[in-house]
Amino acid sequence: MSDMTINLKIWRQKNTNDSGHFEDYILAGVNEHMSFLEMLDVLNEKLIKEGNDPVEFDYDCREGICGSCNMVINGKAHGPKHKTAACQLHMRTYSDGDTIVIEPPRAGAFPVIKDLVVDRTALDRIIEAGGYISVKTGAAPEANLIPVEQDVSNQAFDYATCIGCGACVAACPNSSASLFTASKLSHLNRLPQGRPERSKRTIAMVEQMEKEGFGDCSNYAECEAVCPVGISISSIAEMRREYMKAIF
Amino acid sequence: MNLDPKIPSGPLESKWSTYLRDVKLVSPNNKRKYKIIVVGTGLAGASAAASLAELGYNVLTFCIQDSARRAHSIAAQGGINAAKNYQNDGDSVWRLFYDTIKGGDYRSREANVYRLAENSNHIIDQAVAQGVPFGREYGGLLDNRSFGGAQVSRTFYSRGQTGQQLLLGAYQAMMKEVHSGKIQDFPRQEMLDLVIIDGKARGIITRNLVTGEIQKWEADAVVLCTGGYGNVFYLSTNAKNSNATAAWRCHKRGAVFANPCFVQIHPTCIPVSGDYQSKLTLMSESLRNDGRVWVPRNKGDKRPPNEIPEDERYYYLEERYPSFGNLVPRDVASRSAKLVTDEGLGVGETGLAVYLDFRDAIKRDSREVIEAKYGNLFDMYQNITDENPYEIPMRIFPAVHYTMGGLWVDYDLMSNIPGLFVAGEANYSDHGANRLGASALMQGLSDGYFIIPYTIGDYFAREKLEKISTGHEAFSEAADSVSKLLDKLLVIKGDKTIIEFHRELGKIMWDKVGISRSKEGLESAIVEIRKLRDEFWQNVRVPGDKNYYNKYLEFAFRVADYFELAELMAIDALDRNESCGCHLRDEYQTAEGEAIRNDKDYAFVSAYEFLGVNGKLETKLHKESLNFEFVELKQRSYK
Ligand SMILES: Cc1cc2nc3c(=O)[nH]c(=O)nc-3n(C[C@H](O)[C@H](O)[C@H](O)COP(=O)(O)OP(=O)(O)OC[C@H]3O[C@@H](n4cnc5c(N)ncnc54)[C@H](O)[C@@H]3O)c2cc1C
Ligand code: SF4
Ligand code: FES
Repeated sequence: MSDMTINLKIWRQKNTNDSGHFEDYILAGVNEHMSFLEMLDVLNEKLIKEGNDPVEFDYDCREGICGSCNMVINGKAHGPKHKTAACQLHMRTYSDGDTIVIEPPRAGAFPVIKDLVVDRTALDRIIEAGGYISVKTGAAPEANLIPVEQDVSNQAFDYATCIGCGACVAACPNSSASLFTASKLSHLNRLPQGRPERSKRTIAMVEQMEKEGFGDCSNYAECEAVCPVGISISSIAEMRREYMKAIF
Repeated sequence: MNLDPKIPSGPLESKWSTYLRDVKLVSPNNKRKYKIIVVGTGLAGASAAASLAELGYNVLTFCIQDSARRAHSIAAQGGINAAKNYQNDGDSVWRLFYDTIKGGDYRSREANVYRLAENSNHIIDQAVAQGVPFGREYGGLLDNRSFGGAQVSRTFYSRGQTGQQLLLGAYQAMMKEVHSGKIQDFPRQEMLDLVIIDGKARGIITRNLVTGEIQKWEADAVVLCTGGYGNVFYLSTNAKNSNATAAWRCHKRGAVFANPCFVQIHPTCIPVSGDYQSKLTLMSESLRNDGRVWVPRNKGDKRPPNEIPEDERYYYLEERYPSFGNLVPRDVASRSAKLVTDEGLGVGETGLAVYLDFRDAIKRDSREVIEAKYGNLFDMYQNITDENPYEIPMRIFPAVHYTMGGLWVDYDLMSNIPGLFVAGEANYSDHGANRLGASALMQGLSDGYFIIPYTIGDYFAREKLEKISTGHEAFSEAADSVSKLLDKLLVIKGDKTIIEFHRELGKIMWDKVGISRSKEGLESAIVEIRKLRDEFWQNVRVPGDKNYYNKYLEFAFRVADYFELAELMAIDALDRNESCGCHLRDEYQTAEGEAIRNDKDYAFVSAYEFLGVNGKLETKLHKESLNFEFVELKQRSYK
């Protein structure tokens, strides 16, 4: 396949206080095997050579595991492919002449730092509130003294794979962080090791989520649709039940 | 310079317990008075920070990413070793120790490696208690898988995401201590220099990556957990932000750098597809259990692989290594792939790939069986390459993966600068000339959970540390030198981008300081690196300014350091006139291409002292000799 020319419409914002705007770029020579982020690298090389400021975006692993990338592509967090992070997307998904709109994940709790880079430390503060099992180094019993049913362990694993990207927040009309918070609760609360702190953890994390300015969940399920690792929305129902139980 | 490893005396089995018996303690009341800086929040940093805070120390953590949870450790796939012997297959602390020493081709310290094996079991206990969801058997107990370089099944795993789950466990432990107030966490803060006062490490200089502000931080000790330097090669399996700057800045301040040329090249990665390529993706080496590696027997055979008949296929690993076949260790597999592609037998558009073929395994076991074993890997391959590996053989090629070299440390994991401790991939301690699979996670967590918390206390109890503040002139000197360097990079405004320079440097390194090395090649690499470095300082174009978020400025600073480290790697490779582990010198191999180790002259750790850069890197080699009291040195053979 020959190279493509892609029309890009990218959100540019100097800093948190700047109001920001879209800018148009035409990028020729895009190869179908390039990853989406490599396409942006190529754009940036061009901008730098022309003496312009490159587009800032977050990334690290470029293989869908670190959760750094989270841009919104044509209105969808992480872009069009199901269970695929933005960094795992390839340009073969697009055709010559396509227009691609790229924005930061927008939420009140995620202030823009520059261009597509946002501040997601609110998610860390939710974990800080109680997203752990309180065991000190050295205090652990021999590992096989805590048998865990294989099903339970597998379910816990599925919830534990959340990469903390915040796409669920960006996709939610209420900017809720429910899927993120619930995935951690569903991971830890169902394990025998996590039982003792179950109520305390649930209350602390849910309340921190509210404090950070994330909205409520109204069951739109947009979060599940964009989640790059397929965290199930059933975790949110679990979180609600657990929370009600804990506060009464 | 006296590089005393400070290894406790006595039998191997009791060195660590003797150490723990004699270690000096700091009382709980006094712990509160100490402040410790932990740079990096990967497995080593997060586990060290959490454990130190639990003990009552005041801890400051720093990382480049926007959250501690995103450190490169998150990407580790396969698993973590431990000597639990849950499979009853004859494993033991001794065997794990022995496999690791042998796997490292006898270029690591016996005492450190033995302690690592001893700690391995506690790591699994700790992780399980934290809620890390390891793979389990029907009965609810922990499961194991096999990994290269061992005859027992001792690898614990969380599907293909073991690094993620272990890191989240350590990160959560760390966040628990942020909550308790014992840790202050500073993401998006990059350490750019070390501050030394009265010969001791007393603080760091960082750049706030959001505001660009240069900040000064004082402490009683600094623990460096900043990962490996594989990205010197530009293309590697490391995350894009993995880099050598923190370690290199410490080196320039006096910390000795050990075994810089020991770099592991992983044989099964997805090949480069074009010059826009930004990083390489690892495919688990477990694929070699069922895939057969081959290339066409005839040069220039451009037929699609499935049309090449059996007798025109060269199954080079099976032919050359009949007893291990496709399961030879990583270094041997990588080297063989290079040999056949050098001969012009490589496949794919670039000629820099070999086939990994599952046709026969599918015929033998059925597609379903292969899918159950490797489904997610096959999907990942197809997502990246757009080819179906059930029908067309995979194309794979070696890629830079891990660096065994790093800052020199003694048994306490302290560098030669008092108060500067180094843990995880950033130190050189346990893997010798080659690391076995599933042992980096083990080492990072052993260092962080179970070694640093003791050894740092011993340091505090022994040393009298004067009270200092960031008003000390050493802080302003370091901060000024960082600012000047940033300015120097920004004013050049040349014609070539940072990535263009980095890619060129990577190519020199890959061609001449990569899978195989020769005297001639290394000498010319040194000349080329110097020339390119001069050009970099005259012609690099760094966009934007320093007082706001500017990723390319971060990269420019790191690439500037790679240019110096690269030269040191080549110098070390040239000095080591033997082949060992991942270090293959063309001159030191048998007629059949097998490595020849030279224990008489090279059973030492090379430890370099920085003297200056003046057109060329000025450096002084010190040697820590390796004494093997407990194992017998043997030549590895996989024939
Ligand atoms: C794809 C892949 C798969 C792997 N699979 C396995 C496996 O299955 N088993 C195994 O045992 N090993 C595996 N490894 C190796 C292993 O993952 C790493 O060696 C290990 O995780 C390194 O951990 P670390 O804590 O030393 O450093 P890292 O995890 O690299 O963390 C470095 C930290 O330092 C910070 N940092 C760096 N520089 C600075 C600075 N200047 N200022 C501030 N912060 C800084 C970073 O932000 C980060 O937080 C794999 C590696 C790769 C690439
Ligand atoms: S739940 Fe999914 S979308 Fe939300 S942060 Fe986790 S991985 Fe990202
Ligand atoms: S860059 Fe790591 S998930 Fe996309």
